[in-house]
Amino acid sequence: MENNQKTSVIAALVENKPGVLHSVSNMFRRRGFNIESITVGHTEQKGVTRMTITVSGDEKTLEQITKQMNKLIDVIKVNQLEPESIVTRELALVKVNVPDIKGRSDIINCVEVFRGRVVDVSPESLMVEITGTPDKIDAFLNLMKTYGIAELARTGLTALSRGVKSLKIDE
Amino acid sequence: MTATKMSGADALLESLERQGVKDVFGILGGAILPVYDALCHHPKIRHILARHEQGAAHAADGYARASGRPGVCFATSGPGATNLVTGIANAHMDSSPVVALTGQVPTTGVNSNYMIGRDAFQEADIIGITTPITKYNFQLRAVAEIPSVVSSAFYIATSGRPGPVLIDFPKDIQAEVADVEWKDGINMRSYNPATTPHPLQIRKATELLVEAERPVILAGGGVTSAEANDELLTIAELLLAPVATTFMGKGSFPEIHPLSLGAIGMHGNPLANKVLLEADVLLAVGTRFSDRATGNTDTFCSGAKKIHVDIDAAEIGKNIDVDIPIVADAKKALSAIYERLIKQVGKKPESSWQKRVKEVRSQLNPPEQAEPKELKPKTLLQTLRRLLPEDTIVTTEVGQNQMWSALYFKALKPRTFISSGGLGTMGFGFPAALGAKVACPERHVVDIAGDGSFIMTEQELACSVTEDIPVTVVVLNNGVLGMVAQWQRMFYKRRYMATKLGTSPDMVKLAEAYGAQGFRARSIPEFQKAVNEALKSKVTTVIDVPIRSEEDVVPMVPPGCGLGQQVGDY
Repeated sequence: MENNQKTSVIAALVENKPGVLHSVSNMFRRRGFNIESITVGHTEQKGVTRMTITVSGDEKTLEQITKQMNKLIDVIKVNQLEPESIVTRELALVKVNVPDIKGRSDIINCVEVFRGRVVDVSPESLMVEITGTPDKIDAFLNLMKTYGIAELARTGLTALSRGVKSLKIDE
Repeated sequence: MTATKMSGADALLESLERQGVKDVFGILGGAILPVYDALCHHPKIRHILARHEQGAAHAADGYARASGRPGVCFATSGPGATNLVTGIANAHMDSSPVVALTGQVPTTGVNSNYMIGRDAFQEADIIGITTPITKYNFQLRAVAEIPSVVSSAFYIATSGRPGPVLIDFPKDIQAEVADVEWKDGINMRSYNPATTPHPLQIRKATELLVEAERPVILAGGGVTSAEANDELLTIAELLLAPVATTFMGKGSFPEIHPLSLGAIGMHGNPLANKVLLEADVLLAVGTRFSDRATGNTDTFCSGAKKIHVDIDAAEIGKNIDVDIPIVADAKKALSAIYERLIKQVGKKPESSWQKRVKEVRSQLNPPEQAEPKELKPKTLLQTLRRLLPEDTIVTTEVGQNQMWSALYFKALKPRTFISSGGLGTMGFGFPAALGAKVACPERHVVDIAGDGSFIMTEQELACSVTEDIPVTVVVLNNGVLGMVAQWQRMFYKRRYMATKLGTSPDMVKLAEAYGAQGFRARSIPEFQKAVNEALKSKVTTVIDVPIRSEEDVVPMVPPGCGLGQQVGDY
């Protein structure tokens, strides 16, 4: 069973109403589906919210997740995004301990290599903003561990399909 | 249409009237007083006072199942609302269209502070509580939205796969007066249940059925929900395909029809279980393949090609993998299949398959005794069937009484066998019987009960007597929680922990205490006499039938086993 597990990104357009996130997350909990990350935000259409949910499971579980999502009344549209044709991004804010002046410049060098930005500076720490795929962020955080991470906030993954394929409400 | 000024409570009741609601079951309390006050000048709506909110919810459920029209129940906030929960969960599991209305504490308190969420007196988060057990729920926030919320609630409850919807109604909105306007049509972009079958799937299904050598039809509760009973019958008769039902499908196909196999499952008819497993093509309609129906899924019709018709796409492939999924309304799908079938097959001559089914039938379903001597659950239920008119609505409680009913009480018409199949709620049968009687006052309604189950909602005898809703309750009284005791006997070496109920209360005196009539029947003739009295009675009758406490429900498929491993004789 274990090796059939795969990670998948599900995008859903939902009504922007109170309780929708609750009904979605409640459905996942009750049916024993596992949410690895979830991001929620407005879309270009008024009153429509987009949820990007990273889940793992075998083929059958992923199919059930999509169907059970679709069954929720406030869910307008659901798509299991194809991993080979999507752009995924995550944003992290990291507060890194600064040991000394040399350490500070080493950290800033790393930030540049990873195309991050230093967004706040204090005598003992630097706050770095970094965007990319979750793997890239993991790699950056691994490097920063040597200096010591004081605090970390990650947004979770968001994603869009490449090209003409779009998740849109049929007019 | 022009707007009218009225209170939220009036707007709600007028919206219910516009939905054709004539009967409401409920209990009032502080947070729903304005709605009850408004009932005074809405005489078109009959309010039936239950004695516990669970009873109100089950009654609304029984009303819906008996009539096909949505059942409505009211409760106050907090404990009133939470008491509805079992009834709502029950309706949800069995896909029954129930609309529940709960009072809620005011949105704002006396000093304009927001009150919901501040743990006010009798406040419960009924929206949060019922999210997983309703098809949808609403909390009203403005008088103006009442017409559209009520019409959406009824639309959601009754369309697609039916289910319960709850409307939570804060007290200040009930009392507030504002402009209200009713508009036609429902606009919900996020909810459009697909009802029309895909033509390609219909073609594939038809091809399979035409070529099938040993076709079997499995009818679930969805057949009757979709009112696809005639279509089911015509397809079965055209193909000469035997028809099994699930427990929830009981009544969707007349059980005295020569093609009827009875219900499958853990306590299914051995004929149905056996024939189903021999099928080469299975046409399953409106069933979710519940674990109690299929037994071990590895051995469930593993050799058969499966066609699965269901209105709920999420049921396809959830429990059983199928070859041809058809997401559609059962009536439309079966009509489409029939249209194609009739062009390809004439009336079939009897084949070796029909001979085989006949042979199995004669082995596993011996003919009924015409004049049984002994009063046992089987003979009692067969006798009851003979005494009751065809259109009598039967409800059951949950436990042995229910499984005996499934086995031995033949349901002849749709919506005449009403039972808590999914949730298995003890105490369901009696209030559901009251609901059914209110929906169909011209017909007889009988609750087949056990003593353990009946006692859970027996206080509704008061409702039945004072509201003049006469039904009959047949209590198979074994003095134990029989189904659990049976499991203790079979799987826990007869350690009867907590299953003994004893002889209290005296069911006859209990009935009399409420102003109902009670009989005790110790033999078949006594039972016949009591039933005939009950059918003539203007008041509810409780017939207490003492039975052996160690009576088992057999045949049975032991837990974890496949349908082929059923033990015990029918």
